[in-house]
Amino acid sequence: MSASADRAGGAGSDMADGVVAPRFVGQRIARTEDLRLLTGRGRFVDDMNLPGTLHAAFVRSPLARGRILSIDIASARALRGVHAVYVCADLQPVLKDARPAFWPPNIPCPPFVPLARADVRFAGEAVALVVADDRYIAEDAAELVQVEYEAEDPVIDYLVAESGAVVHPELGTNVVFAGASAADPELEAAFAGAAHVVEETVHQQNQLALPMETRGILVSFEAEEVRVWTATQSPQTAAMVIADALGLPHTQVRAYAYDVGGGFGMKAHPVRDEFAVVAAAKLLRRPVKWIEDRGEHLIASSHARCESARMRMAFDAEFRILAASMDYRSNSGAYGWWPGSGAKITETFPGPYRIPRYGYRHSAVYTNTCGRGAYRGPWMFETVAREIFLNIAARRLGVDPLELRRRNVILPADQPYRAATGIVFDRVSPDQTLEEVARVVDIAAFRREQAAARAQGRYLGLGIAAYMEPTAPPNAFLAHHNIELRMEPSGHVVVRSPTHATGQGTETTIAQVIADELGLPFESVRVLQGDSSEGGFGFGGAGSRQAVMAGGAAVLSARRLRAKILAIAAHLLEAAEADLRIRDGRISVAGVPDLSVTMQQVAQLAYFVPAKLPPGMEPGLSAEARHVTPGTTWANAAHACVVEVDAATGLVKILRWIVSEDCGVMINPMVVDGQISGGIAQAIGGVLLEEAPYDEHGNPLAATLKDYLPPLAPQMPVIEFLHLCTPSAGPGGFKGVGEGGAIIGPPTLANAIVDALAPFGIECTRLPLSPDRLVGLIEAGR
Amino acid sequence: MSEHRIETHINGQRIEKSVDARLTLVDFLRGECGLTGTHAGCEHGVCGACTVIVDGLAVRACLMLAVQVDGAEIRTVEGVAAADGSLHPVQQALREEHGLQCGYCTPGFVMTLVAELEKLPRPSVAEMTAALSGNICRCTGYQGILRAVERLASAPEAEARRIDIERSEEPR
Repeated sequence: MSASADRAGGAGSDMADGVVAPRFVGQRIARTEDLRLLTGRGRFVDDMNLPGTLHAAFVRSPLARGRILSIDIASARALRGVHAVYVCADLQPVLKDARPAFWPPNIPCPPFVPLARADVRFAGEAVALVVADDRYIAEDAAELVQVEYEAEDPVIDYLVAESGAVVHPELGTNVVFAGASAADPELEAAFAGAAHVVEETVHQQNQLALPMETRGILVSFEAEEVRVWTATQSPQTAAMVIADALGLPHTQVRAYAYDVGGGFGMKAHPVRDEFAVVAAAKLLRRPVKWIEDRGEHLIASSHARCESARMRMAFDAEFRILAASMDYRSNSGAYGWWPGSGAKITETFPGPYRIPRYGYRHSAVYTNTCGRGAYRGPWMFETVAREIFLNIAARRLGVDPLELRRRNVILPADQPYRAATGIVFDRVSPDQTLEEVARVVDIAAFRREQAAARAQGRYLGLGIAAYMEPTAPPNAFLAHHNIELRMEPSGHVVVRSPTHATGQGTETTIAQVIADELGLPFESVRVLQGDSSEGGFGFGGAGSRQAVMAGGAAVLSARRLRAKILAIAAHLLEAAEADLRIRDGRISVAGVPDLSVTMQQVAQLAYFVPAKLPPGMEPGLSAEARHVTPGTTWANAAHACVVEVDAATGLVKILRWIVSEDCGVMINPMVVDGQISGGIAQAIGGVLLEEAPYDEHGNPLAATLKDYLPPLAPQMPVIEFLHLCTPSAGPGGFKGVGEGGAIIGPPTLANAIVDALAPFGIECTRLPLSPDRLVGLIEAGR
Repeated sequence: MSEHRIETHINGQRIEKSVDARLTLVDFLRGECGLTGTHAGCEHGVCGACTVIVDGLAVRACLMLAVQVDGAEIRTVEGVAAADGSLHPVQQALREEHGLQCGYCTPGFVMTLVAELEKLPRPSVAEMTAALSGNICRCTGYQGILRAVERLASAPEAEARRIDIERSEEPR
């Protein structure tokens, strides 16, 4: 449906601040981006080519750990069409200060060198870089590079890595980062005096974000600047860290990312491989392109999850939670992108429940495996672990899992609710999303159906989970976001923004917000993004932030521009600004519809007839605003799903999936539902199929998409959506929604599977619940 | 390496090129023909992003060599919309149902569905969904894609497929 067709149904009469606009916010407007993407006219990094472009391929370590005895590049270098074969010593001097963008300066960082130096630390680590006329020749030459290794025993299991051989001798320890809450005697007293205490450990397997476009970069050192095209979630951040690595001012590097084929966190910023290509392009003085292949992606991009938690909860006789503790442990691999999610996971573990006393410990360790990167809700294990644990607790205590949640969920009367961790929840509705999902499922009817099915030897199950989603967290440079607006003489508006989309549709959604604020047709607003030199410094897509941060900046900048437009119109119409109304690009005087001026007339005046502007007003029509968020914007949701498990094969069929979500004011409900759906699919993959394991020698066992299995269309249920709206306190009332499905999906599905298999007495303490594992659990329970 | 002269029609245009024996069809389309709408997602025939139509059949352009399309008729995502730019019903349905997000896998989904609509007089939802079981989308959770499939299955026939392919209408 076109924007104009959509509009009719949603025309509002919001007269605030002079705008009588057709409301685009809240409409399912078809995306601007789609036209190019559906017709093969997108501009992804591998679609870009410059004259003289050379192509790179990496030589990668087959060993998880070992010393490099020698590297013989002679025959590779001699191959026709090869321009260079680089080892670390060639590239490292070019990179003055390369480091992972989000690594805090107060925590020791592993050596961030572009290629392995004297030893290799995970299977897949880049050892040499070949640059040739085309990728075929580069790959031929990579195979000719002879590397002699002396293998060493790797450290693979993160649960024992702390006492294993040290992965990074420079650091002297395998502990990346660890922390604990202050000793609390009352916490132990609460456990000691409780009517019930439940304890269990839950494990989550190693997974990948797996965007359909792999990583890639094209770098060109030119006379005035370095130009970089790369698959990134934030061109501004990519330009900054590359400039810093090269020791260049930030004005000397421009990064472009027009279309990016998914990121899910793992394209947040450039890492070692990309820096190696930057260095090669500088040395060769030719554009160099590297497009990661899927095999490299699976073993050497970034891995995620791979974590576990031992949890304890104390309950009173009415099953109210008195206290909780969490001991969280995670794998950072050899080169984690940041020191792990332990601090955030332990901070958010209490979730949507009233838990008066709480204590935690967390630690992350290095191992000889692929580094941990961000993946859609990098802290999501707090919800996965808690919600799976609550069902284990409910079963052991003999209470219904929904009832257990009802007795503990944060209520409106509790708000603002200050959690034991210090987090303050306000303007949230976790009790309502939980009740909505329970109502739509019709639990009593399901239990009858389940009993009837069991009588026939069929196993149906229902899972419910609830959570709080921290959106737009104000970490470091994520705390603010800038938008620049310019109305051109034609009356159309150009938006320059550091927003960036890897599928989120910000070209559409930000235009919806601005069109509303300015009283313009949707088609009159054009959002430009994907060029680091435009829009002012800010991060693009990460942490479910763009609706909150860019949406907020859009509201604020448009209001500034509107004030100037109204001042000019009032002067021209000889009317009071308060009497003006803007609708569909026309400004008129209230009650005198004939007395009006078009947006184009105002714009023409602003640029071409400055003498007619109000006295002292600067010509032109532009505005800029930076939205600063004071703290995390909390969204909440509850999900439910119904499954049938085949007890003979372990196959899980998902029959229903119900989402009850409160992400505040929705800009484009179609985009909101799409974000949630995509996260749910990744959750389904994570519970049923997706796993990137290693053998005991550190060999990655998922090296193709025949081994690593994301869900396919026939496996997906039709997702049912319920939306509540508790506006945030920020401009526009928006909350984030990008990561939620991936966070709450896994425990929802795991709980349903366990419920289905209750006759076998199984508990879920280890993901994935793949068919083979389910058959094993069922057999053990028979 | 040996060079081979091939002649093919791509989106109705005659193309004559000399290619390496080992050049894949996807690299030929993208690198030699400037048709970058076809995307390489896995290069081992699993993800379906590189799907194009060769002589009426949906094929993986990463599993086919350029020399194999000598004399063939190829359609890519660039050749699906009408000359005036209006979208094919498959593209239109995917847009209206939010069947794409990042758009990287989208050309493969478009070509798989176009081929299915041209192969069968009126494919059912089940047939089209089965055809899509070889295409991975990591963004949408397939919800919008499956809605687009339902729309295509229930649309009047003349709308569901363009008139550029004639076929018999006998009941299946």
